[in-house]
Amino acid sequence: MRKVAVVGAGMTLFRRRLQETGKELSFLATKMAMEDTSIEKKDIDMVVMGSAPDAFDGIHMKGENLIDGAAGTDKPYVRVFNGGGTGVFAPIAGWWHVASGVADVALVVCEEKMSSCFPHPQTAFRHIWDPILDRPLNPNLVWLFAMEMNRYMNVHNIKKEDIAEVAVKNKRNAVGHPCAQLADANITVEDVLNSEVMAWPVQRLDISPPSDGASALILCSEEVASKYSQDPVWIDGVGWNIDSTMWTNRDLYFPRYVANAAKMAYKMAKIENPRKEIDFAEPYDPFDYKELHHMEGLLLCDKGEAPILTREGVTQRDGDLPICPSGGLLGVGNPIAATMGQKVCELYWQLSGKAGKRQVPGDPQVGVGQAWGDIMQMGTVIVMKRG
Amino acid sequence: MMTSTKKTYPLYAPGTHVSTKDIKEKSKTYSWWEPEVQYSWALGTAMSRFLHELKNGKIIGRTCKNCDRVIVPPRMFCEYCYKPTDEWVYLEDTGTIETFSISYLDSDARRIKKPILIGVISIDGASPQHGFMHYFDEMSKDEIHIGMKVKAVWKPEKERTGAITDIKYFKPLKGGGK
Repeated sequence: MRKVAVVGAGMTLFRRRLQETGKELSFLATKMAMEDTSIEKKDIDMVVMGSAPDAFDGIHMKGENLIDGAAGTDKPYVRVFNGGGTGVFAPIAGWWHVASGVADVALVVCEEKMSSCFPHPQTAFRHIWDPILDRPLNPNLVWLFAMEMNRYMNVHNIKKEDIAEVAVKNKRNAVGHPCAQLADANITVEDVLNSEVMAWPVQRLDISPPSDGASALILCSEEVASKYSQDPVWIDGVGWNIDSTMWTNRDLYFPRYVANAAKMAYKMAKIENPRKEIDFAEPYDPFDYKELHHMEGLLLCDKGEAPILTREGVTQRDGDLPICPSGGLLGVGNPIAATMGQKVCELYWQLSGKAGKRQVPGDPQVGVGQAWGDIMQMGTVIVMKRG
Repeated sequence: MMTSTKKTYPLYAPGTHVSTKDIKEKSKTYSWWEPEVQYSWALGTAMSRFLHELKNGKIIGRTCKNCDRVIVPPRMFCEYCYKPTDEWVYLEDTGTIETFSISYLDSDARRIKKPILIGVISIDGASPQHGFMHYFDEMSKDEIHIGMKVKAVWKPEKERTGAITDIKYFKPLKGGGK
């Protein structure tokens, strides 16, 4: 396998509704990634598009619809999709285009417009439930996360106050992010605990908002990396893993599939002790408890230990193990696939010293990004290193 | 020491925010479309039997001898050992709450005043943590807890249609609670 470098990244504003179409958002993110390098459309060999359910857009096979905005016309182009896992899976697919030798330069674009769907994107999410067993009960997707959160809290005896610390940290971290939808420098744990109960134990400020947005990443082989970048960042390991949709037949307190994906990525990256060798992480945080759940799945701490590390300040930007220095989905927003902006573009910006106000101190050398999706099944993991 | 810049990337944030007011006043241009589509799903071998038995007021599972599992909801093959499952086995209509939520959201995320009690029940007679999602009632939101023993409340036989909703909800199992 060939070494794969990240040489450019871009992302749009994240907001509940954006006026631009999906194609236009894809173009804006891609344009920014291209500006980061000297790469033009003619230099790009292949394109990977990541975008979540067609049902959000009401445009079936939307990968084909988005192709013009993703610089994909007249090129090998493929859309990948595994729900919330897409934001890290799309760059993994980009990685294998380059690592395999079939492309020297691959563009990865992730796009989501959740605002098109009425009365609420939740209405589209109804269509991911099992049609025979679940849908007759008129479920809301938040139920799934509420049930997983409750199980996780119960098994480890975790207090809601400790989980709320994650929402506070991430919404504060997002203050330095120009794209952020829900940055809040003054939010407190009390604000989270006093927010509207949606589906207990999930309250309004435990949850990331639906958003529109896009992000882009340019990957290239070692052979051409020096041509496009003075300080490339390297993709050292990738992993992905999925469990059954039969989610009522397993214990939800631990995401085994995330651990499987992490082990695959760490093995490739020759990481033997993730707690010591990883400097910061961007685990998927659509809900505050998910950051904790995923820290444990990523083997960055023991089962049940993530809330303790959070309470002790270890996961703050200036702590020993900064978690979600981007502001995450809770602070920057959650346009499903486009959260590649926080989970992978952020690794690039942090590891190349470009994160400015969000920069993790101490020259971080190794970062891990992770996403999660489908019916609590899918784990996608990427390890990136400073050159 | 790596090259560090005072600039914050991304350097700018392209995109045009549209407010709720913009939408209501139609100050930005939108088009509208409502899909009209229906589906009829084949139930398959395992679910046909499961739903038929619900209509009879019974919960049925399948055994996987290779994994030593009693599986509910049943399937004709085991997704882990990837062998055909072995036998049908009737289970109890009682179980234990594995997890739950108290929901103030309906399926379209509209707010509701009387919360829905929803959760996962592991069914007695099946392997640990094998069960399905259902409603709870005859208990308050303060009484419901993980580990609570519950029993199915069935619709009257004439009203059953062969659906998961042939069980109305699960109620506390008297004498079985913590």
